[in-house]
Amino acid sequence: MTSALPESQATVILRGIVKRFPGVTANNGANLEVRKGEIHALLGENGAGKTSLMNVLYGIYHPDEGEIWVNGQKVTIHSPQDAIRLGIGMIHQQYRLVQTHSVTENVVLGLKEYFFFPEKAARAHILELAEKYGMKMDPDARIWQLSAGEQQRVEILKALYRGVKILIMDEPTAMLTPGEAMELLHILRRMTAEGLTVIFITHKLEEVVEVSNRVTVMRQGKSITTLETTKTTQSELAQLMVGRDVLFHLDKKAVEAGADVLKVERLNVMNDKGLPAVVDLSLDVRAGEIFGIAGVSGNGQRELVEAVTGLRPISGGRIIVNGQDITQSPPRARIKSGIGFVPGERWMALIPGMSVADNMILKNYARPPIGNGPLLDREAVAAHTESLIKEYAISTPDRHTPIKRLSGGNIQRALLAREISEKPSLLIVAQPTSGLDVGATETIWNLLLEERARGAAVLLISDDLKEALALSDRLAVIFEGQIMGQFAAREANLEHIGLMMAGALRPGLAAAKDNSTAGESA
Amino acid sequence: MKLPRIRFEKRLTSPRWLPVASLAGGLALAMLTIAIIFAVLGVNPLVAFQRIFQGGFGSAYGLQETITKTIPLILAGVGLTLAFKGRMYNIGAEGQLLIGAIFATGIARAFPDWPSFLLIPALFIVGFLGGALWAAIPAVLKTRFRVDEVLTSLMLVYVANEAVKFLVYGPWRGSDTRGFPITDEFSAAAQIPSIKSTRIHYPTLIVAILLAILVYLLLTRTKLGYEIRVTGENPDASRYAGMDYQKIALLVMIISGGLAGLAGMGEVAGIHFRLRPPEAISPGYGFTAIIVAWLARLNPLAAILTSFLLGGLLVGGDAIQIALNLPAATVQIFNGVILLFVIASELFNQYKLRLEV
Repeated sequence: MTSALPESQATVILRGIVKRFPGVTANNGANLEVRKGEIHALLGENGAGKTSLMNVLYGIYHPDEGEIWVNGQKVTIHSPQDAIRLGIGMIHQQYRLVQTHSVTENVVLGLKEYFFFPEKAARAHILELAEKYGMKMDPDARIWQLSAGEQQRVEILKALYRGVKILIMDEPTAMLTPGEAMELLHILRRMTAEGLTVIFITHKLEEVVEVSNRVTVMRQGKSITTLETTKTTQSELAQLMVGRDVLFHLDKKAVEAGADVLKVERLNVMNDKGLPAVVDLSLDVRAGEIFGIAGVSGNGQRELVEAVTGLRPISGGRIIVNGQDITQSPPRARIKSGIGFVPGERWMALIPGMSVADNMILKNYARPPIGNGPLLDREAVAAHTESLIKEYAISTPDRHTPIKRLSGGNIQRALLAREISEKPSLLIVAQPTSGLDVGATETIWNLLLEERARGAAVLLISDDLKEALALSDRLAVIFEGQIMGQFAAREANLEHIGLMMAGALRPGLAAAKDNSTAGESA
Repeated sequence: MKLPRIRFEKRLTSPRWLPVASLAGGLALAMLTIAIIFAVLGVNPLVAFQRIFQGGFGSAYGLQETITKTIPLILAGVGLTLAFKGRMYNIGAEGQLLIGAIFATGIARAFPDWPSFLLIPALFIVGFLGGALWAAIPAVLKTRFRVDEVLTSLMLVYVANEAVKFLVYGPWRGSDTRGFPITDEFSAAAQIPSIKSTRIHYPTLIVAILLAILVYLLLTRTKLGYEIRVTGENPDASRYAGMDYQKIALLVMIISGGLAGLAGMGEVAGIHFRLRPPEAISPGYGFTAIIVAWLARLNPLAAILTSFLLGGLLVGGDAIQIALNLPAATVQIFNGVILLFVIASELFNQYKLRLEV
């Protein structure tokens, strides 16, 4: 090691990092200083440049400007291999594991020292590491058999096995149940107690306060400030993160809810693995209301909406739209019966390489005025697209531009515009604002409220509780494919919702608890 | 000393000229590779290229032969642009071509006395049907049982090959052929006319160009074409919009196989006037058509032009085989090298290279 810097405590220093992409500057002079043995939270909204900054440190991106210092030495990191050699590991939101292989095989995968597979030595070392950091782990389990939390532990073991001293985790709790998240925090504390350093990317304030020693807030590609966690508050962090008042003042006019548009009765749906994802679920959504489903993602939300739209077979129950039983109808018939659908996985509903115009006619190409006998009326396509671009202020060079070139907010606006222009009686939207900035989010929210005012029944799936609460008239919490509780959003009890999302409050118990509180207040 | 590293970065935007530039670059590298192969074979590459060009395009006879070979390439190649657009990887156009030839021969043998104004349209129809039927097999296997169409369509080429051999060595062998494995000559009414003193069977050429235009219009102006493009680009979106995948996959394969079948019909009824062993009917038109389609970037109109270029390459390749004493596989090596570079060049439409020191 060469001469120590004045900031001798710092194990990682990023200075003035600039990373530009065509049309976007992801990082614009970002600084970060991480001390050895701390949990350092990197806080910011979606698109603030947190992940991009960490990809620079991990050698995935190459900064256009700026310096990286690791353990007192200025370094250039060309690739993740370089980063690992410097003791830096990163765990992405999407785990990079081979589903059909065992834990041991995944941990050792890619290590070049071995020619023959070091089964015994690797198993022993994995068990030793797991023991040391308090992780339960079966080295012979196959990845597909593991829950999201267990898979994450495999990723952590992969990093530890490679001798990583500085671990970057990108939104590590996003896919976890609250219980698993708690367990993760324990593991992270054990790691820092052993002298490891953790950088923790998040946009959840609670996590920052709960787990980190220090926090760096990022906004619009810049680091705003670094604070001792004990010397700040959630509301201060929120202010720094958003840069203006956090609370949205939704112009939510009262709308008289009408008749039931969607009725789901005792629905059962399997997931891709053939395991029950939706269990005996019933709900109804009325005209002129937004019915929200809150919950940690991966609790059957996707299977539920795919079953309602006909994209996934069901194993039991009934689905009724506008009084019509559509349980057996193919997707096209359901679209005709008035269902509009904005899926959480946007690219499932768009064709990235095709033009904006070709994307805007996906739902109405088959009928006049767009479809003209066997032909497409090209003038009608142009007129339809131009009117949507204008009405919904979609920012695009022209209608011939491939839709993938648009910004995230404009893509989502275009998708929503297409679905709304069909005047659906039931509009299903999943994660409508995920990945969008504040301005785009407000636009999308207003569009949804306009649909409600028009008299559409809106089924909103969101794992952003703030969004679900702000928009919904009625709110249900889903956990492991079941509705744990349902209430008017205005009367929502945050503590109850939190417990329900974690599966700690079951429907029967909720009723009992409500009765007891009602009894007390009386 | 550190070597510069090469990295691929995903392009977020790409200029309009990029697809043309990457294609041109790919072709240039392909030519360079072929030049090296010539040099290894002990032939001056410049002389070889000059001879190929001369052979394919440089004389009236060469041009006539090039156009003759362009006809089956347009038909099969246009069919493949459609199939590939719809993400059905039909690799078996060669087999569909041969079955088209068998069906056409069957009609010509069964109704030799029909007048030509009935018989020639009938040939076109059954030629199409034969190829369509052969292509429908992998389509049904794919949509019903999720069997990969690349494998099945390719395997069926060998079945078609054996079927042609069986017929010409067995039940259909002619009576006046002195033991050669060929059928008797078709009646005059079953022979597609050619431009005088050439082998250009112009009715097939006209039909081929019309079909290229029709397929182009189908893709760009019709609801079915839109469904094919959406399904090819994003099968999830196609399902989401309620499109009928089975119908689209089957139609795309039937049309693409039918066009290959027409190509085979044209060879037997327009040139040979009889069924002959497979290698005599087609020097691999169905496989060359794959290059035609990719080189045209799956545009059916551009496939007319790429067919002409590859037709010329086939003729020019034949010419240098004799003139420069090169192995018979030379043309196939060309085709392979060109296809490899054309497909590889697609990478540069989505990624850019960065050199870092």
